[in-house]
Amino acid sequence: MKGELAVKELLSGNEAIARGAYEYGVRLASAYPGTPSTEILEYIGERYPEIKAGWAPNEKVAVEVAAGAAYGGARALAAMKHVGLNVAADPFMTLSYTGVNGGLVLVVCDDPEMHSSQNEQDTRNYAKFGKVPCLEPSDSQEAKDLIGEALNISEKFDTPVIFRSTTRVSHSMSLVETGSRTEGTVELGLKKDPVKFVMLPAMARRKHPWVEQRMKDLAEYAETFSYNIVMEGSKSIGIIASGIAYQYAKEAIPEASFLKLGMVWPLPEKLIKKFAASVDRLVVIEELDPFFEEAIRLMGVKVEGKALTGMCGELSVEKIEVALKGKSSAESIGSIDAELPMRPPNMCPGCPHRASFTALKKHKLYVAGDIGCYTLGALPPLGMLDNCLCMGAGIGIASGLARSLGDLAKGKAVAVIGDSTFFHSGMTPLLELSYNGGATTVVILDNRTTAMTGAQHHPGTGFTLREDPTICVDLEKLCESFGFNSVRLVNPYNVKELDKVLAEELNTDGPSVIIARAPCALLKTGRILPDKPLYINTDNCTGCKSCINTGCPALEYVKEDRVVKGKKFKGYSKINQSLCVGCRTCFEVCKFNAIEEAS
Amino acid sequence: MSPDKIYNVLIVGVGGQGIILASDVLGRVAARHGYDVKKNEIHGMAQRGGSVSSHVRFGKKVNSPIIKAGEADVLLSFEQMETLRYFPFLAKNGQVILNDQKILPPAVFTGQQEYPAGIIEKIKEKAPKSVVVNGSEVAREIGNPKVINVIFLGILSQYLDIPANVYEDVLKESLKPKLVDINLKAFHKGRSLAS
Repeated sequence: MKGELAVKELLSGNEAIARGAYEYGVRLASAYPGTPSTEILEYIGERYPEIKAGWAPNEKVAVEVAAGAAYGGARALAAMKHVGLNVAADPFMTLSYTGVNGGLVLVVCDDPEMHSSQNEQDTRNYAKFGKVPCLEPSDSQEAKDLIGEALNISEKFDTPVIFRSTTRVSHSMSLVETGSRTEGTVELGLKKDPVKFVMLPAMARRKHPWVEQRMKDLAEYAETFSYNIVMEGSKSIGIIASGIAYQYAKEAIPEASFLKLGMVWPLPEKLIKKFAASVDRLVVIEELDPFFEEAIRLMGVKVEGKALTGMCGELSVEKIEVALKGKSSAESIGSIDAELPMRPPNMCPGCPHRASFTALKKHKLYVAGDIGCYTLGALPPLGMLDNCLCMGAGIGIASGLARSLGDLAKGKAVAVIGDSTFFHSGMTPLLELSYNGGATTVVILDNRTTAMTGAQHHPGTGFTLREDPTICVDLEKLCESFGFNSVRLVNPYNVKELDKVLAEELNTDGPSVIIARAPCALLKTGRILPDKPLYINTDNCTGCKSCINTGCPALEYVKEDRVVKGKKFKGYSKINQSLCVGCRTCFEVCKFNAIEEAS
Repeated sequence: MSPDKIYNVLIVGVGGQGIILASDVLGRVAARHGYDVKKNEIHGMAQRGGSVSSHVRFGKKVNSPIIKAGEADVLLSFEQMETLRYFPFLAKNGQVILNDQKILPPAVFTGQQEYPAGIIEKIKEKAPKSVVVNGSEVAREIGNPKVINVIFLGILSQYLDIPANVYEDVLKESLKPKLVDINLKAFHKGRSLAS
C-alpha cells in the first residue's frame, strides 16, 4: 500500500460496494432505488465526486447508461434490487453477446425472506440464463474487494459481471480495510466495431459460440479464482456455501470442511469434485434455489442440500444447526405468554396517500395498485388495494379490466400509481390506455419523491442525485400529450373535492387521469402541511370512528361509556399532539364538527 | 470469560425511535476497542412505524451478523410491547434493559385490540434483574428530550466489558461540538442507573 496506513472502517455492504466502485476506478454509476440496493448510489453520490452518478428512471435505463460508459472504455456500475434485473433483462441478455470494453458490473441485491419485496427470485439463475459470471460477497470487506475482481474479470473476459448481494450482506456492517483510488486502464474513446457491438442476426450468430467459449474459459478461471477457497476441517462433513449462507454455516458447524465460493457462476467443477472426494458427506448450504446443488448433482457428485434447509425464506444459524445437528445450541430464557398485536409498517401521520385513499374508499372501487408507500393502503383499516403485481402494472391491469369487462367494470375500477413509479414504468401503459381506450381512471399519487426507499429524487422533482437543479417533468402536459384532454389536478387533503372529481371522472365513457398532488409528509422542502396539530372537541365526538378508519397513527380510539348531549356513546377519538401535523384528512371526514384547528 | 466469547446485543423498538443510531454508536465503540464487529438491521418497509430490531455482535471473530434465539446477552428495548416480541432472543441468564414507554400499534389505536397489560411485571417474573427506566423523564431532567438513546447506551455499557472512555471518544467524534457535553452527561447518568 505504498507506506499508507491501512484503515479499518465499520461499513455496511452497500457502503463497501460504493467504496469499491471508488477505489477500483468506476467512472459512471446509475441506478433506480430499490431496497436493499438503494444506498449504493446514495453513498456514491454523497462521497465520491470522481464518479459520474445519477438516478435513472428505471433499471433498464440504468443498465443501458452503464453499458454506454463501458462501451466507451470507462469502468461502470449499475445497481438494482433483484426484480430490477427483470426490468433490465432485455439489455442484460444481449450485453452478454456484445461484451464490454471498460469493466461493467451489475450489482443486484436479492431479498431472501422478502423483507421489502414482492417475490424471492434468486439472481444466480440470471447469470446462468444470460451466460455471464456472477460473484457473491459474504461480508463488507469482500463486497469491496469483489467489486475490483468483478471489474477485472469483466475486462479480461469481455463480459458484464453480475455482483449478487443479499439483504443481510447489503445491510450488515462489518470492518473494511480501505485504500485509495486506482483508475481503469482501458483507453477511453468512441470505439467503432460493428461486428462486436451491432447485434444484427449475422453478427449475433457469430457471437453466440464466442459466448459459449467465454463461459468455458471462465469456468477454468474459477478453478483457481482466489475467492473460491477450501478450508480444511473435519472429513466427516464438507459444506459448499457462498455469501451470507457461508457465514451462517461457518458459525453453525465450525468444525466442518468448507468450500467457500466467491464466484457463484460458472462453477469450478474440478475443485468441487476434489473437495467432494475429500469428505464423507457433502452438503450445500444455499439460500433460495438449489442452484449449486443441481449443478453439482449434474457433475455426477452425490450431494445433499434443499432437503435439509428448504427452498423458502432466508437461512439462519439456527436453521442450519437444526438441519445438521438436530437442535439449536442456544438456550433461550423462553417466551412470555401474551397476545401481541402486530406492528406492521403504516403510512405516516399526514401522508397524502391516506387522504387519497379516504376519498377513493367512498366510491367502493376496485383498485389496481402499484409499488410504493401507497401499497400500504392494502392494510386495514383502509384496505384499498385489490392487486399489486410489479412496478407500473396497475395501469395496464385497469386497462385490461375495463376493456374486457365493459359495463361490469365501468365506473368501478381505477388504477393508482406514484410519481416515481409512473416515471419508472407507468408511462407506457398509460399510452396503451389512451391508444386503445377503456372506461377507467388513473390516479397518479404525486408526492414529489420516491418515498418508500427514503425520498430519492426522480425526473419530476427538479433535482439530481447530488441535489443539483435540473429539469422537472410537467406531469399534466405529459399526460395531455398522450391524449388525455382534461387532466384533473387535485390537492388530496381536500378529501371532499377529490371525492367530487372522482365521481365526475368515473362517470365518463373513456379513460381519464387525476393527479393527486401533495408532497410526502416527511419532506422538508415544498411543505404545504401546517405542522399544527388538530384537536378533538369531545363535546361533539360521538365515537363514530370515521376519523379512526383513516388509519392515521396520530389518532386513538378511547373506549369509555359516556353521554354526549343526552345520547349514550361507547368511546371517543383522541389526537396525539406530538404526532399530528395538521393534514386535515380526519377533519374532512368528520360529520359532527368534532375536529378543530388550534385557535 | 472465554477469549472467544461473542457479545450479542439486541436493540429493539419502533421505527423512528433512533434504534439504528444507538446501534451504530455501539458498533463503532466495539470496533474501536479492537473487537471484530457485525451489525444488522432491516431497513425499507420497517421504517414506517413498524417493529424494528438491530443486532450488534462483537468478539474475537464474528461470522453471522444475526443473533439467534436464546443468544442475546442483552435485550435493550425502547418500547414495552416490543420487549415481549423479541423476548425469546434473550439467553437464559440474559439482561433486559427497558425504556418504560408504550407506542400503540394500529390495531390498538383503532380500537380493534388491547395493548397487553402488566408487561413489566411479566418481564420481571422471568428476568428479575431487569432494569426499567423511564427514558423521557430522565432526559427531561438532563434538559434535552433527544438524549434518551445515549442514556440507555450508558446503562448498556455497564453490562459489557468495554471501558467508558471508549464510548466517550466515539460520542465526541460523532456528535456536533455543542451537543457533546449534554450527551456525555446523559451517558454517565445512564451508567449510574444500571443496577
